[in-house]
Parts: sequence; C-alpha cells; structure tokens
Amino acid sequence: MEKTLQEVENDFVEEFSMYDEWLDKYEYLIDLGKNLRPYPESGKTDDKLVRGCQSRVWLDYKVENGRIYFTADSDAIITKGIISLLISVYSGRTPGEILSDDFSFINRIGLKENLSPTRANGLVSMIATIKAVAEENS
Amino acid sequence: MNVENIRNLFPQLSEKVYGKDLVYFDNAATSLRPLTVINKWTDISSRHNANIHRAVHKTAVDATEEYESTRDAVKDFINAGSREEIVFTSGTTASVNLVAFCFGESLIEEGDEVIVSEEEHHSNIVPWQMMCQRKGAVLKVLPIDDDGCMMIGELERLCTSRTKIVAVAQISNVLGLVNPLKEIITFCHSKGVPVLVDGAQGIVHESVDVQDIDCDFYAFSGHKIYAAPGTGVLYGKKKFLEKFPPYMGGGEMIESVKFSGTTYAPVPVKFEAGTQNFAGIPTLKPALELANKFKDKELSEYVASVSEYLDYKLAGNPRIHIYGKPDANLKKIPLFSFSVEGAHHEDLALILDKMGIAVRSGQMCAEPVMDRFGVSGMLRISLAPYNTMEEAEYFIKSLDKAIGMLI
Repeated sequence: MEKTLQEVENDFVEEFSMYDEWLDKYEYLIDLGKNLRPYPESGKTDDKLVRGCQSRVWLDYKVENGRIYFTADSDAIITKGIISLLISVYSGRTPGEILSDDFSFINRIGLKENLSPTRANGLVSMIATIKAVAEENS
Repeated sequence: MNVENIRNLFPQLSEKVYGKDLVYFDNAATSLRPLTVINKWTDISSRHNANIHRAVHKTAVDATEEYESTRDAVKDFINAGSREEIVFTSGTTASVNLVAFCFGESLIEEGDEVIVSEEEHHSNIVPWQMMCQRKGAVLKVLPIDDDGCMMIGELERLCTSRTKIVAVAQISNVLGLVNPLKEIITFCHSKGVPVLVDGAQGIVHESVDVQDIDCDFYAFSGHKIYAAPGTGVLYGKKKFLEKFPPYMGGGEMIESVKFSGTTYAPVPVKFEAGTQNFAGIPTLKPALELANKFKDKELSEYVASVSEYLDYKLAGNPRIHIYGKPDANLKKIPLFSFSVEGAHHEDLALILDKMGIAVRSGQMCAEPVMDRFGVSGMLRISLAPYNTMEEAEYFIKSLDKAIGMLI
C-alpha cells in the first residue's frame, strides 16, 4: 500500500536522526541531490526560478489524475538535495494532501535551524512555492 | 611580535563552532575585535556615556574628548593635512554616499561624466549611479583584464572634458590586488579630475598617506580594521568639503537655525548630523594603534608565508581557478577568491562552515566582477595577521575533503 505523506515524512525524520553530525547529514542531502531525477535544460527559465534562494532553484510541475508531480533542479548540490527531499515528500500527492500538511517535518529534521539565514529563506521560498502550486490546483 | 601573542588579544579566536576551533577566514568582510577595542567601547559606555559636543557637564566633556581625539588619531594614521579633513561616518558606504551626493549637488551638471572601475564593490557603484540618475550625468566604467588587473591605460580614452570625478578601490574585495593609486591619481589630476579612493580593504593592508598619494577623498570602515562596527571615516580635501552642501540636516551640524534660514557649522561637523556613534568612534584609537603594530616586520613575513602557502596549494589544484593574478608590478593581499570546477561555492562554504571554517561565498557585493568572469559567485578566504599556518593547512585539508564530498 502506498505510504501516506506523514509516513514518508517520518521516514526522512528517522533517516536524518541516524546521523549525529551535520556534516553527515549534508552528505545525505548531497546524495539526495545527486540522485534527483534529471531536469530538462529547457525548463531552466526565469519563470521557473524559486525567488528568495541564494543559489538558483528551478521548480516545475504537472498535474495528472488529480496529483501534482514536481521536478526541480539547482546549481548548488546541497540546495538540490533539499529540493529533492521536498519533492520526495510532496510529489505525486493531491493538492488536498499538500495543503493539509503542516510542513513540521522540516523542523523535526532540524533542517531550517542548521542552514544559514539566507539558505533558510530559500527553504521557506521552496515550501511557499509548493503550497502555492497546490492551492492553484486545488 | 609573533602570531601567538596576537591571538591572545582577540577573544573570539578561542570560540568553538560545532565543537571545533573557529578558523576565521572572512576578514575582508569584517575583522575580529581585539580586547583593547572591546574595552574602549565598554569603558565609554560604562563611564563616559553622554552626548557629545553639547552639554557643559564633565561626562559630556569626557565623551567629546574621546571622540575628538580620535579625529587626531585618524588624521595621523592616514597623514591628513588637518583634522578638519576627517569626517566620521558609519562606514565606507556612508562615506561614498556622502561624497556622491554632495559632489553631485555642487559640481555635477547634466551630461557630465563619472568614472568607476569594473572591480568596485556595490558601495562604490550604486551611490554614483544614483547621483548620475538624479543629475542626468553619465557613469563610465574603467575595465579590468582577464587577470583582474585594472586597465589603467584605458583612462586616457575614458577621461574627457566632461569627466568630473573618478572613484576607484585601492584594493578590490574580490581580487585583492593593490592598485597603482599614485599613477591613477597623477593621471587624473593632469586632466583636472579629482579622485575618490575606496579604502575599505586598502586601509587594512597598506600604509596610507593621503597627502603623498594626493587623493581628493579617501573612504574606509572601522569594522574591517578591528574597530567597532558602525564606524567609518571620510577624508576629504578641505577645498571640496567646504564647497559641499550639507548631506543630512539636524543635530549639531548647524551654526544657527531660524525658520527664515539656517546656517551650517564649519567642516567637518557640517557633515556629522544627529547623535554620533560616540561609543564606537573612539574604538578607532586602539584599533589603529594595533594596526600600526601589525606592520611589524617579523609578523608581516609570517603573514606572507601563510599567504604563499595558500597560493601554492590553491594554484596547484587543477580544479581551482583563482581570480586576481598580480602581474610583476602588483602586490596581492592575503585574500583568495576562487571557484572549484564541479563544486558550487555555496556548497563548499556550507561544508567548510560545519568544519569550523568561516569563509565567504557568493557575489561578495560585487556583482559586476562576477559578471566579468562569467560566474554566479566565488568562494573567498581573506586572512588577518592572527591567522596561522596551522589554520591554513587545516583549511586546505578541509577544502579537499569538501570537494571530495561534492564531486
């Protein structure tokens, strides 16, 4: 059976808690970034850029059978890992599922606190974009 | 004077970040504070706190004395002709804005031209752009070459009868090359054009004699040369400062205020509107005193050896491209901006941070320099005399590890 959004979130929280050091957590994010599904070069347009990120982040989506499928890329690998993490959680979900989520798993991972303020702003912008897409399609 | 004695003067050097010893390699952004500076601020705030230039009471007189004697110390440090040529500001940015505004108001007409160099940080570009927009003047750019050297020869072509001022950095905060100021200023003066020097980095690494280089304006910040943040200096030749209108109005910058009209205080007070940073400005005294001590020969040789080691290691890595390569006549300060093939500058900075190393990544407030070299940003390390060879070695090892994680 398909995992619920909360179950996927809990999996990531557990995964992150296995690493004591943030350096190791970064390594995990880097792996996530490296394994992110390729994003087409043609999709790297300004209208797909997530505003508020220090490095460039592109986020695109399509809606199929009432579910939103996100694709994304970034020129910085840790940021790419972060967006990859978000995509793993929120891609393939219905707008309703996304909108009813409180995004608290980010805090449970400790991600936001461990990023510099500029990076944390980027993370907030990514989440805001995902929410906006969900709202548009709800 | 050796590096170990110096390190004891800077309490932050014994801080740990993420349980590791802090390696502070972001000195070009802001230096660390020595105890003498911290103590000066504390002393004024706990014993001599009163608004300056106004009241007759003892505490106010003491506070004013602390502030005004700093003007003499700064005058001596840069060998200005008189103390009236030293204006206190909040930093380099404020100093350049003051000149750009006042120069614009008094000496720029529509169609006049201003020249800045391509290697300037935003603080020595945007104030001029704003002024040019307001006055209908034209901003021209003195280019840099592929090695990051200012193309001084181009001044001949750029300088016209409409050129009213040239504004250049003594040392770029990205490239770290010491520009030949005397040559630039002599040329500009031969055309009757005054020169503003942005000394944000220069004041830290060079002995500055404003009379010898004959610049018309020299701007610098206190926070990069060990003084309190929010302190800055504008040196300006009296003939300009006296001609300038005031920049901001209010406080003690007046002679007399009537609703029928206000007259202004003589320079430099004319430019020091409102309550001044009277706790911060006096920290320039111990800060500049220390900067003078840092010119010690043994210490300078040590700093040079650390810098040489870093240059050797970075230049020797085929993945690394360093921006700012001095030609035979130019000197480079212990600052390296570079990119690593296949690794993003921000990723490197984030990983190095977790290793306890503070570096700078991004555009470094100098977007045109990034555009010049076709990069979205760079990684920068900038050293101070309290940085050690051991830290440099740890940095190189950590950088290799970070690159390994990313590639």
